[in-house]
Amino acid sequence: MNEFIGSMNITAKGCNLYYGDFHALKDINIEIPEKQVTALIGPSGCGKSTFLKIFNRMNDLVEGCRIEGEYHIGGIDIFDKETDVNILRKNVGMVFQKPNPFPMSIYDNIAFAPRTFGITKKSKLDEIVEQSLRRASIWDEVKDRLRKNALGMSGGQQQRLCIARSLAASPKVLLMDEPTSALDPISTGKIEELMEELKKDLTIVIVTHNMQQATRIADKTAFFLLGELVEYGNTDDIFTSPRDERTERYITGRFG
Amino acid sequence: MRKIYYALKYVCIAALVISLVALLAVVAYVLINGLDKLSFHLVFGEYDPNMPTLLPALVGTLQLIGVAAIIAIPIGVASAIFLVEYTNNKGKFVKIVQVAAETLAGIPSIVYGLFGYLIFVVAFGWGYSIIGGGITLAIMILPTIVRSTQESLLSVQGGLREGAYALGTSKVRTIFRIVLPSAAGGIVTAIILAIGRVVSESAVLILTIGMVVNKVPETLMSPGTSLALDIYYFASHGYPNEAAATAVVLLVFVILLNLLAGWIGNMIKKSTYGDAK
Amino acid sequence: MRGVFLFSAIFSILALATITVFLFVSGVPFIAKTGFAKFLFGSDWSPLADEPSYGIFPMIVATLYVTALSVLIGVGIGLLTAIALYKFCPKKLVTPIRHMINLLAGIPSVIFGLFGMTVIVPFVRDYVSPTGVGYGIFSASLVLAIMILPTIVSVSLDSLNSVPNTYYEGALALGATKEQATFKIMLPSAKSGIFAGVVLAIGRAIGETMAVIMVIGGSPEMPESMFQSVRTMTANIAMGALELDDNTRTALIATGVVLFVFTLILNISFSLLKKDSSEKKEKRGAKK
Repeated sequence: MNEFIGSMNITAKGCNLYYGDFHALKDINIEIPEKQVTALIGPSGCGKSTFLKIFNRMNDLVEGCRIEGEYHIGGIDIFDKETDVNILRKNVGMVFQKPNPFPMSIYDNIAFAPRTFGITKKSKLDEIVEQSLRRASIWDEVKDRLRKNALGMSGGQQQRLCIARSLAASPKVLLMDEPTSALDPISTGKIEELMEELKKDLTIVIVTHNMQQATRIADKTAFFLLGELVEYGNTDDIFTSPRDERTERYITGRFG
Repeated sequence: MRKIYYALKYVCIAALVISLVALLAVVAYVLINGLDKLSFHLVFGEYDPNMPTLLPALVGTLQLIGVAAIIAIPIGVASAIFLVEYTNNKGKFVKIVQVAAETLAGIPSIVYGLFGYLIFVVAFGWGYSIIGGGITLAIMILPTIVRSTQESLLSVQGGLREGAYALGTSKVRTIFRIVLPSAAGGIVTAIILAIGRVVSESAVLILTIGMVVNKVPETLMSPGTSLALDIYYFASHGYPNEAAATAVVLLVFVILLNLLAGWIGNMIKKSTYGDAK
Repeated sequence: MRGVFLFSAIFSILALATITVFLFVSGVPFIAKTGFAKFLFGSDWSPLADEPSYGIFPMIVATLYVTALSVLIGVGIGLLTAIALYKFCPKKLVTPIRHMINLLAGIPSVIFGLFGMTVIVPFVRDYVSPTGVGYGIFSASLVLAIMILPTIVSVSLDSLNSVPNTYYEGALALGATKEQATFKIMLPSAKSGIFAGVVLAIGRAIGETMAVIMVIGGSPEMPESMFQSVRTMTANIAMGALELDDNTRTALIATGVVLFVFTLILNISFSLLKKDSSEKKEKRGAKK
């Protein structure tokens, strides 16, 4: 089975995460709805990126990291023995803070995941490459130089290429770890527009430092502090009438 | 006091000049003294005791390169992959391998020769053979290949690996399709430099391949000679002209390899990273 | 796949273990049979005599002489060269000279041997030697000194370059001249790296065979002059290999064991030094 099917909401129950002795995430319970953008906000080191990386099991790569709790995406237990981590990651795409295109051509970057999962036919690959680049709205900028090295692109283009590269694996969920923090405002705007478009078919979870960005794009917002989920709800509610005093202090810029 | 340091400055500059003159003198002497003694017959002709040739040495050298490369490259690269990709280059095991590799690197080549003699010539009963010499050389260059490959792998940005894993790529595919190609420039440079050492080495070979200068080795199990060994043979057996000419061939060969190493490495880097890096 | 990689990583350890075991198993019994002290400190090496005698003391002494002298010359000139390249050389020339020196580091030792045999030995014989002999410790040391120069220059230059430039600027700001700053501040700060380079050079000098056998003469005699045919341990092994039959070769392996132990001791001190210097570097980094 290569594809996740059905509804793609994400749940975490009793989430605790430790790096060695350090208790990084404490008792988090959350339900993230499908086909919406959910923003995770909070000061640096609050655990929001760590939390995000649970859902494609990138923390598996970190030495001494221990995770407790139950995690489901569309009803699939992601830590179940039956769940193949590579299939999970194919279905749960991730975009990183720093654009990380592979040192190869634009075409090969996009075709990388389809090739990994056994698609070799040229016409099929061509189709996936074009479609993915179109969905990441970068097709017009690169269609004439698909064979050029991806590292020759600007930072903003590289990041949209990385989004297109994820999309080529036809994921159902897209995790974004501060995807615009290294970019200029114009590139940031383009990526935000893109997310608006992508959420029609994808569940998007984004970690962001930028509270304006959260208000612009997120349907739901979760506020993390010192490894705890302080408050979670509709973005409008969080930013206009926070229930917790700590949330209010953070969004009004009194710490963080 | 100031005057002393000021004078020392000129002492340093004098030393720089001495160093350059001494080293360039070696190169210049070899070239000037040997070039006119070089002939087509000497390099490619049939061997004759009155007119010795380098043909057996050329064949022998290429065979030694082949044997050493076939063994040392895969083991060296795989070993570096294990250390960097599977253990994060940390921990006790890495430390032990590191110490072993450093110790191997510090063993004098003549001791490698003794080892090769003991194991291949005596214990395995192969007698003097190209293959025994080649394997001994492979062990000798292994530490360098491991170390340079490790450095090249470590210089690959972690983000690339994460990016590949995040697309559902397996570890092995990530290593072969992302990490190795990204590190290829550095690895290839290291391998060519290691081949340069194989070509330069002679002490190991006295004890392992037998210095049979007059016969092209028939198989890898035959005894033989190499370019470097020929120089010693000619110089110590009354063929000064042949020694001088062989030195030119070897010197040019080694310098070309060294230049090639950097050049090819850069070419590969350019083609993987474009002009961006 | 992991297994394949793991096996390859273990290969280095296996190789080292095999080398050590083979050498010791074949060499140590021979040393024991000859008598430990007699082998190490005996001064008569005549394996082909009717009553063979195996004393390698002359070779140990010659090795120490050649190593000490060549390292003295090589480090002296090499270090000064590195300093010149570091601060007292037109910036434009530094990179090409470095490239050239790196390239020259790859010259095969047998070529240095040939150069020594055909240029240095006759020169020493005709113009320097009081005994009229060109072969010997003096010529061998000169050849080795030239050979190890590139290594010393690049290691020393690297360690000088790794000293933070703020030290230099700080010294200048206190009124030191360029020369004072270089010799009194930068050089001492690069000390541990330079020491590591010296140890590396010693290792190369002790272990070098080809360049030495072509200029040292080769008589297994106690060195009494720098201009006298002698042999080092490496020369003993290589020359012996060409002279002796298979039975007496055990004597060479025993020599190899002694040489191996020498280099092991050197290696251990090298890694201790390196550890020390990297710890210092960390401290330095922490302070910054």
